[in-house]
Amino acid sequence: MTMAAAIRRFVRDGHTVALEGFTHLIPFAAGHEIIRQGRRDLTLVRLTPDLLMDQMVAAGTARKLLFGWLGNPGVGSLHAIRRAVERGVPAPLEIEEYSHFGLLCRYKAAASGLPFFPLRGYRGTDLPRVNSRLRSVTCPFTGEQLDAVADLHPDVAIVNAQRADHEGNTQIWGLLGAQREVAFAARRVIVVVEEIVPGEVVRADPNRTQIPGIIVDAVVEEPWSAHPSFAQGYYDRDNAAYLAWDRVTRDQGRCERHLDAWIHGLSDRTAYCARLPEGTRERLTPGPRPAGPVDYGDYR
Amino acid sequence: MSSAAAAEAPANRTEMMIHAAAREVRDGDAVFVGIGLPNLAVQLARRLHAPGAHLIYESGVFGARPARLPISIGDPCLVSGAAQVLPMAETFLYFLQGRRTDLGFLGAAQIDRFGNLNTTVVGDYDAPRVRLPGAGGAPDIAWNARRTVVILRQDRRKFVERLNFRTTVGWAEGGDSRERLGASGGGPVRVITDLGVYGFDAATREMLLETVHPGVTVEEIRAHVGWPLRTAPAVTTTPEPTPEASRLLREDIDPARIYLGPA
Repeated sequence: MTMAAAIRRFVRDGHTVALEGFTHLIPFAAGHEIIRQGRRDLTLVRLTPDLLMDQMVAAGTARKLLFGWLGNPGVGSLHAIRRAVERGVPAPLEIEEYSHFGLLCRYKAAASGLPFFPLRGYRGTDLPRVNSRLRSVTCPFTGEQLDAVADLHPDVAIVNAQRADHEGNTQIWGLLGAQREVAFAARRVIVVVEEIVPGEVVRADPNRTQIPGIIVDAVVEEPWSAHPSFAQGYYDRDNAAYLAWDRVTRDQGRCERHLDAWIHGLSDRTAYCARLPEGTRERLTPGPRPAGPVDYGDYR
Repeated sequence: MSSAAAAEAPANRTEMMIHAAAREVRDGDAVFVGIGLPNLAVQLARRLHAPGAHLIYESGVFGARPARLPISIGDPCLVSGAAQVLPMAETFLYFLQGRRTDLGFLGAAQIDRFGNLNTTVVGDYDAPRVRLPGAGGAPDIAWNARRTVVILRQDRRKFVERLNFRTTVGWAEGGDSRERLGASGGGPVRVITDLGVYGFDAATREMLLETVHPGVTVEEIRAHVGWPLRTAPAVTTTPEPTPEASRLLREDIDPARIYLGPA
């Protein structure tokens, strides 16, 4: 399925949409297509809102944001999100914040068919004071007071991966983030891959499969779809783009010009890749460091 | 400046912080590493006195052996050559909540006398003067690691009488209050700044100035703390790095001085 078709079919105004990928495999191409199609009133969920969420908020797609850590890592603030929260520009944005672990446990509960997940770590902090969804529960065995978070079933989860087969069996190596948990938690799953491979490639190495095809609604093949984040073994993080965003994000007008040039003015990811400065892809492509093969054995 | 002369130049204050932090790492420790200075400190410790330290990153990496200086806690160089990669949820569940972490490094925008940390807002939560990144992994590192070390640059706006928001629990209200909350880990043991190094009183759990960096006075430090600071019985000078430690940090770990700053 094309990216445009997948977003048109599964992402609706007002939906709760989780876009995961911790530094690695951030679904930039999918987020850009959501912007291009003009979705509104989304509740966006992401452990670490960074450039992509800043762009989606600057574009006016979001009504609410659930997160664990908000920033451009190592660079600075996300000013578009701050403008929306502090001044309602371009639209008011409600925030609901967690620790990384708290949000991960919301995915875990939903993925496991539980109404809540117990954890430790919020007692004595001010976080429950500003987020009424951080509650406590008494252990029925020891009487200990534990923290608890509710299940979270996103309407749609979008995850990037290196490869999948036509049935949606999806393989990831490198940082795994919350890809598997959010996929099992969500009602619909869109997987975006660097390449679609024959089923026998996946089946030759089943331990590497993070998401089974049975929970996948759409597989989109789009090389470089995570740029300027990275895909382990395919391309490195484009740190220059993260630094450059720091100048754009400070002004809503500059954000809108950036969105016009890089999203609204382009038809798809192929056009985006063609617009990257010459030499970008060569600069970001790593040398080889393959895993050694393992023998699963032939059992007849 | 020749390379030999550069290696002999006295450590700047950022370097003093990194060397002090490296001394907190023990051989064999499982260390939860943050990016920036802690990352340099653990690399240094592994090359000196703690070759058996295991580097854990909350992005889901155990036993990282990065071939270049990682630019974030999710840098691909942390994966290539690591001992294990696991889902983030399992990293928090098993390595932190499951009590497999010896040492965790944390930063903060504000710290109080009991080592509680704020990384959420400066000012009122609903109308903040500065909106900070938020919790991330900090509450769980502080709650579960056997020891935590806080690294931050020091001024009165950071060393505050009262936090605007308590994101992360240190020694709570002091005394046995952390224990009464039910925290499983050991709490903060050191605070390392660009001016000096602090410990905590074993009974009251209040921060105590232990050492000042070369050229810094106790009076200067007091001017950068927002509460009446207590000092250890004998405040000494933070040890300067050995020539070998200095050379490793400058020539092997951060030769471009991305984090070290001007010599």
